[in-house]
Amino acid sequence: MDNLQAIMPMLIVTLAAMATMLAEAFRRKDERMPIGGLGVIGLVGAIAAAGLLWDRNAVGFGVIQADNFSLFVTVVVAVIGLFTIMFSSEVVEREGIPSGEYYTLTLFSVVGMMMMASATDLLVIFIALEIMSIAVYVLTGIKRTDAAGTEASFKYFLLGSFSSAFFLYGIAFSYAVSGSTRLDALSTAIAQSASAPGPMVWLAMGLLLVGFAFKVSAVPFHMWTPDAYEGAPTVVTGFMSTGVKAAAVAAFLRVFLSAFEPLRGDWTQLLTWIAMLTMVVGTVVGVAQTNVKRMLAYSSIAHAGYLLAGIIAASAIGKSAVLFYLASYAVANVGAFGVIAFIATRERNTGELTDFTGLWYAKPMLAVLMAVFLLSLGGFPPMAGFIAKWYIFAAAVNEGFYTLAIVGVLTSVVSVFFYLRIVVMMFMSSNKAELEVPPFGIVGTLGLALAAIATFYLGILPTRLIDLATQSISTIF
Amino acid sequence: MVGTSVPLALIPLLPFAGFLFNGVFGRKVSKSVSGLVACLAVGGAFVVAALNVWSLVQQPVEQRIIEQTVFWWISSGDLQLPLQFRLDPLGALMVLVVSGIGTLIHVYSTAYMHEEADGEYARYFSYLNLFAAFMLVLVLGANFPVMFVGWEGVGLCSYLLIGFWFKKKSASDAGKKAFVVNRIGDFAFLIGMFMAFKEFGTLDFLAIAEKTTLYQPEVTFGLLSVMTLMFFVGATGKSAQIPLYVWLPDAMEGPTPVSALIHAATMVTAGVYMIGRNADLFSLAPQTMLIIATIGALTALMAATIGLVQNDIKRVLAYSTVSQLGYMFLAMGVGAFTGGIFHLYTHAFFKALMFLGSGAVIHALHGEQDMRKMGGLKQHLPITFWTFLMGTIAIAGVPPLAGFFSKDEILWKTFESGHTVLWVVGMITAFLTATYMFRLLYMTFYCEPKWAHSHGHGSHGHGSNVDHAHEAHLHDAPPAMAIPLMILAVGAVLAGLVGVPHALNGSNRIEAFLEPSFHPARAGATMFPGSTHAVPSPQADVAPAAGDHAAQAADTHGEMTVAPAVGGEHGLAPAGHGAEAAHADTATELGLMALSVVVALAGIGLATYFFKSNPQKADQVQQSFAGVHRVLLNKYYVDEFYDAVVVQPIKRTSERLLWKVVDAGVIDGAVNGTGFIVRTGGAIMRLVQTGSVRVYAASVFVGVLVVIGYYLAR
Repeated sequence: MDNLQAIMPMLIVTLAAMATMLAEAFRRKDERMPIGGLGVIGLVGAIAAAGLLWDRNAVGFGVIQADNFSLFVTVVVAVIGLFTIMFSSEVVEREGIPSGEYYTLTLFSVVGMMMMASATDLLVIFIALEIMSIAVYVLTGIKRTDAAGTEASFKYFLLGSFSSAFFLYGIAFSYAVSGSTRLDALSTAIAQSASAPGPMVWLAMGLLLVGFAFKVSAVPFHMWTPDAYEGAPTVVTGFMSTGVKAAAVAAFLRVFLSAFEPLRGDWTQLLTWIAMLTMVVGTVVGVAQTNVKRMLAYSSIAHAGYLLAGIIAASAIGKSAVLFYLASYAVANVGAFGVIAFIATRERNTGELTDFTGLWYAKPMLAVLMAVFLLSLGGFPPMAGFIAKWYIFAAAVNEGFYTLAIVGVLTSVVSVFFYLRIVVMMFMSSNKAELEVPPFGIVGTLGLALAAIATFYLGILPTRLIDLATQSISTIF
Repeated sequence: MVGTSVPLALIPLLPFAGFLFNGVFGRKVSKSVSGLVACLAVGGAFVVAALNVWSLVQQPVEQRIIEQTVFWWISSGDLQLPLQFRLDPLGALMVLVVSGIGTLIHVYSTAYMHEEADGEYARYFSYLNLFAAFMLVLVLGANFPVMFVGWEGVGLCSYLLIGFWFKKKSASDAGKKAFVVNRIGDFAFLIGMFMAFKEFGTLDFLAIAEKTTLYQPEVTFGLLSVMTLMFFVGATGKSAQIPLYVWLPDAMEGPTPVSALIHAATMVTAGVYMIGRNADLFSLAPQTMLIIATIGALTALMAATIGLVQNDIKRVLAYSTVSQLGYMFLAMGVGAFTGGIFHLYTHAFFKALMFLGSGAVIHALHGEQDMRKMGGLKQHLPITFWTFLMGTIAIAGVPPLAGFFSKDEILWKTFESGHTVLWVVGMITAFLTATYMFRLLYMTFYCEPKWAHSHGHGSHGHGSNVDHAHEAHLHDAPPAMAIPLMILAVGAVLAGLVGVPHALNGSNRIEAFLEPSFHPARAGATMFPGSTHAVPSPQADVAPAAGDHAAQAADTHGEMTVAPAVGGEHGLAPAGHGAEAAHADTATELGLMALSVVVALAGIGLATYFFKSNPQKADQVQQSFAGVHRVLLNKYYVDEFYDAVVVQPIKRTSERLLWKVVDAGVIDGAVNGTGFIVRTGGAIMRLVQTGSVRVYAASVFVGVLVVIGYYLAR
């Protein structure tokens, strides 16, 4: 029973996903069915289950650990899924996306993400990673008639498989080191050989690092990101830019802070370089973009850099800072992509910067919401992003990673430039005639409003979530 | 701590409510409603502020602090960060200036912006209200992060308001420039904040001030020097000092009341205020202080020389603002914190007055800003002229108007603390200030009217009737504009009287009022009996007679038996000013005061000679110094220099190198291009041959090699 308890959130979402599949299969042609609603039920159920499991530290089948850390990430991922479904209902219909497949894949991908956060065995992490990734590959190209989407999907798939191979190779070397794929066994083996680790250990660590770095889109493993984000349907981009990142960061944290903790000095050194490079490339190249989706893709690369900075400065504050950052980044980013999806029409759906011209005069509420999300991403007080960045950089400074903190502050200051470019487009130019925004329904509006409220809530009253993050991280490391 | 019936939080909340009203309903209500709401919101903030300040001054000096925690912003682990507002004498002065002058400028705006469309009018007032709210948060915030909320917020509003008339390309460019330059400052400010948190473990101003008593002034350029320098760089961005002053003159593209409120009276003084707020911290870093004083003096001089030859009325005022801010930083740098804040306060009156006056002129001339096309407006715009005259005399430093006392205090303290060179620079600037301001006055209000011709030909072009036809068009400021002008003129005349120096048998009440704010640790000692520094050190009681410096030296050296100079070799005053020295000082002070009056009058005289009596002489001089004139007219080519050295290289790197090499979107002509190949060719595998996927895979592979190589090669 304990086993089932531990996987309860995943189980609920899996059942919901199967229900959406069946619903789609038994749907009469032309019959409208609220398939998204099934997903909402499943995700809300998962959140409730996570709440019930809090502080219980249930273990499932020896490889899934429902500790507070994984439950925190589970809730974040489920919330991302909820927002995605809320934004999708109109978009799916307008863009002609097959709704059954769409919701099913989204939910399965969420399951993969949850599993990735809770797995304590490298092979299970790998399986989770693939569950998540394959669903996302398909979602990227779900508009089969759209050439850009298909291409993006294919590129993403090829490179994803490429990096998965490295990851798997890393698992193999880990097995060679410890004779097991369990993290605790690996941890013991590495702790014993920490004084003089052999090449096997280095290979294992390096290759696993590459695998995670690819998924969080850290430089130089980031190149798929702009293409995939730009080509995918906008709601999917919002989903994968937040959910995939959250899951990958969670697994990254768990593997590197538990199994490879004894070698922390060694991996932080390299990761510091990767993080700085990621922040700089994401920001500098982002400035030059003229497509909002591509711009936000680079922005998400830069944010990966900040998250890595938090992992590096994993002091007591640093670790909870990463979790807080994930949550605040998620609500703002998913919201921003939601707005992009809403102002798109069937013909005009590539997310060009010029699409935002004079949005304030056409749809003032959308413009204001977009501004809130973007300013939060840029780290403007009093939005969530400010506190999140504050925590990460404060942790970095406290741990003595000064260069990292300086590069981080510098890039985040520069990055405001490209977020504000969109704000300027919306508020400081008026050609009302050109911008026709399709009507959007109550569910989507509610979703955007909730995301904006969350952005402010986390910026103004962050203490509660920070405390939860601290509690959750203290259960495992 | 003092209880009060009206919560401090209401001060920023009222303008914020005004912002929400105009932001949400602005397009649905009439102009008069949105204007009224905006004015009432700021006016209400002023009333609440005044009530609070009233209850503050009722308290004995050492208890003058009102502190209110709205809620705990962050409280987890070792970071305890309340959203806390604190009103002390310094904050009281700032909050009254911001809300008081803010209210006047809101009222003025109702008339000035009246030609805007309904929605735009409401948009303007919503930004202006939001600005006021953030500015009040900035001055009331009890710790760095709360101040930073205001700091960023006013920056954002300033940006939105500079670019308010975004259809003018120059306006949106100016907004962008302001934004980019301020980012550099914000970066440094944030770094400073992280350093402070790491060093002191707190970000509360009062708590930091208490911790500073444990430190001694840094002799070498150490941690505290770097930290304060970072804060100062932040201040140079916000307060337009060298090297980050370049955005302020361009910011004049915004509506004139915005220039008056944000770019003269309030936001740009935030840097000065921030240094004053952390006076104890800055006093520990004499190196930084010297840098601040030097930068301040240089900025003052440089901006004054540029202001001398500019022809756009608002640009002259903008450079004048930069120059006056330089004075304030000079004061801060030599440790004359009271002097700096005093000048901030008087400057707010006369500079807001002159900006609003120039707005009235521009309004009357239908948007003309070039002084060469003005002249002779004295008869046509009497209210504007007389009020403007008050402001001009005040800034020129003629006693007993406001500018004289504050500027003289700064110059005296500079001299007294031994910074003779900086004092000379300050005097030269004072001379130039009088000259360029009276040049502006004469070119605008005296001389031959030139506006009739230029306007007549352009718009009407009917011969000899032109003069007459146009005089009919010239209206002096309507009441909503005239009344703020008159109130500010009274302020420009009288505001200095709170700071009449002791040397003139004045009581310098502002110094006595503000002084506790600059050394809160000492004041705090009696307030928080439980604190470790509850007993004031003996030196602190002996020294204050010698003024700012000795007090400061004694304060910061509280733990030491002998109070040496605060880095005496760097020119800060020796602490041991005795009573007998005080007498000689008074004589010197009076002498220097007389000198600065002479200098001001000389400057006015020079301007009168060249720009009123003999305008042709001015042209001759201009021709014989053509080279100098050109350099000044082009503002020392600093913008061009920045463009060539900073902007263009960054652009090139970003666009040509990074974008094309790192972002493969260009390599294969973006995803849509290859998508086209898929559609037409039909073979999905051809994708791989377009290059980009191979490039991506290669990048991953190189990354893997580097990671593995890094570990195995060690």
